[in-house]
Amino acid sequence: MRSTKALPYFLLAPATVFLCVFFLYPFVLVAIDAFTKGGAVTLDNFRTMTSNWKFPETLRNTMLLAAIVVPIQLVMALSMATIVSKLSAGRSAILYIFAIPLGLSDLAAGLIWLTIFEQSGFLNSWLVSLGLIDKPIMFLGYQNKLVIFIAVVLAEVWRATAIMMVILVAGMGLIPKEYHEAAEVFGASPWKRFIKVTLPLLKPSLQTALILRVILAFEVFAVVAALAGTQFPVLMGETYHWQFTLQDRGVAAAFAMLILVISIAFTLLLLYLLRVPKEARL
Amino acid sequence: MTAVTNDVPAVPATVTDARKAGSGLMIACIVVLCVWVLLPIYLLLVNALSSPAEVTSFPKRIIPSFDFGSLSFFLNFQGVGKALWNSVAVALLTMVLSIGIGAPAGYALSRFDFPGKEAFRFLVLMTRAFPLPLLALPLAVLFIRTGLDDTAFGLAIVHTTLSLPFAVLITFSLFSGIPVELEEAAWTLGCNRWQAFRKVVLPLALPGIAASAVFAFTISWNEVFAAAVLTIENRTLTAFLLQSINVSPLYLKFAGGAALVVPALIFIFAVRRYLFAMWGIANR
Repeated sequence: MRSTKALPYFLLAPATVFLCVFFLYPFVLVAIDAFTKGGAVTLDNFRTMTSNWKFPETLRNTMLLAAIVVPIQLVMALSMATIVSKLSAGRSAILYIFAIPLGLSDLAAGLIWLTIFEQSGFLNSWLVSLGLIDKPIMFLGYQNKLVIFIAVVLAEVWRATAIMMVILVAGMGLIPKEYHEAAEVFGASPWKRFIKVTLPLLKPSLQTALILRVILAFEVFAVVAALAGTQFPVLMGETYHWQFTLQDRGVAAAFAMLILVISIAFTLLLLYLLRVPKEARL
Repeated sequence: MTAVTNDVPAVPATVTDARKAGSGLMIACIVVLCVWVLLPIYLLLVNALSSPAEVTSFPKRIIPSFDFGSLSFFLNFQGVGKALWNSVAVALLTMVLSIGIGAPAGYALSRFDFPGKEAFRFLVLMTRAFPLPLLALPLAVLFIRTGLDDTAFGLAIVHTTLSLPFAVLITFSLFSGIPVELEEAAWTLGCNRWQAFRKVVLPLALPGIAASAVFAFTISWNEVFAAAVLTIENRTLTAFLLQSINVSPLYLKFAGGAALVVPALIFIFAVRRYLFAMWGIANR
């Protein structure tokens, strides 16, 4: 009897210790790095970070990217999940195809979209063969900031919609069929059923999907590095730049704290906005 | 009965028409979405299967020439072989660590009720709200002190923090799906707890555990930021491609991209049946 009581703790111990040592403790360390310089407590690292000429653009780029990419992905993921959950024949094949980007590296996604947008790439080839332009345009050059932004948005939408879709498909599977049938009996149109039945019952999945996705959006890094190099600064890229190229761990840690604070703030916001009262849970 | 149906033939006809139009629209949507997902990958593969001269030439052809010039240039490029090997080594270590540590925790969560259970689940779920690749920054210093810097094992530790929560939650749902009565039957037949687990539960859970191991491998194989921060000499493929991204020619980038994509496609295909099980539990 005694051994059975101790057994769960024994089984949980490795994972708990691992997460404390390599997850909680390092975040304490990074906070210390951010708020100290040469052993003294200071806000210098944050001042260096915010006074850098690139900082406003970096913050703006990251937030704007998240603000545009996430809503597009939400609509796309909901449509894809609705399609998949209505399918009977070929469902698993379609689901696999839709889910493919989920398994790809963000660096690979950036390189994939580079094949389209680079100067001798496919977009230029198509535009020239259609006679729309005479000679290839340098889409990803510094004078084409808007195109760079669009390319990054497309690559991000392409890459990370699958994560939301799979979570939503799983969530839709949990909604009992009877709710839809009842709504149908009362004469609700498919659109009304989606708005009044599916969406409210999907709230927990929407919450999970949005939290995961929003945090990933603030972590955008390799897609940008592959498509835009240093011409489109984002928070994670600047963190890497300060840590690796400029060798200033304090400022890199300050950037890390900023990303952390934004991520947690948005997580809490989504937990609040999409909260489900206990009595309304399935 | 017949009379009634004869009186209202128009309504069912419209409904069928609407259904037909609806399914036609749905098929169109499916085709468009499949093209949206697959075409960019195809274009990368076209580039990877063209000669270096073709990759930089203009305009591009949409059918590859099946010239292996780019790929062989990539594979013979200084450091690529080693980077490939490092990627595999880190991913294998990540796989072993996350299943070795995560599966017992998943089993404990599925079979026992004990004080502190909720606290542990909270700890696991909390990892979701944190940008985990940032862990590489403080760990870089910690690893230099302990001699783990620039090693496959050091990087595998960071990748395990990424994959461990998945391993715990996936194995939790796997074990929950195996009736505890089967284990109890084994106990009454004289098995002890470990024997019952090994002979009854494990064979049933093995395919799912294998799938979550593949998933852990894929997470590590794809990770860029921590790999680029933590490795210098022993770079993984992603770190190698990222650090040389501003200086490498296009055909090297595209061949490298294909080398990243093709194994990942196979991995995700291998675990496709478990995608729901993996993400469905994300709701709880």
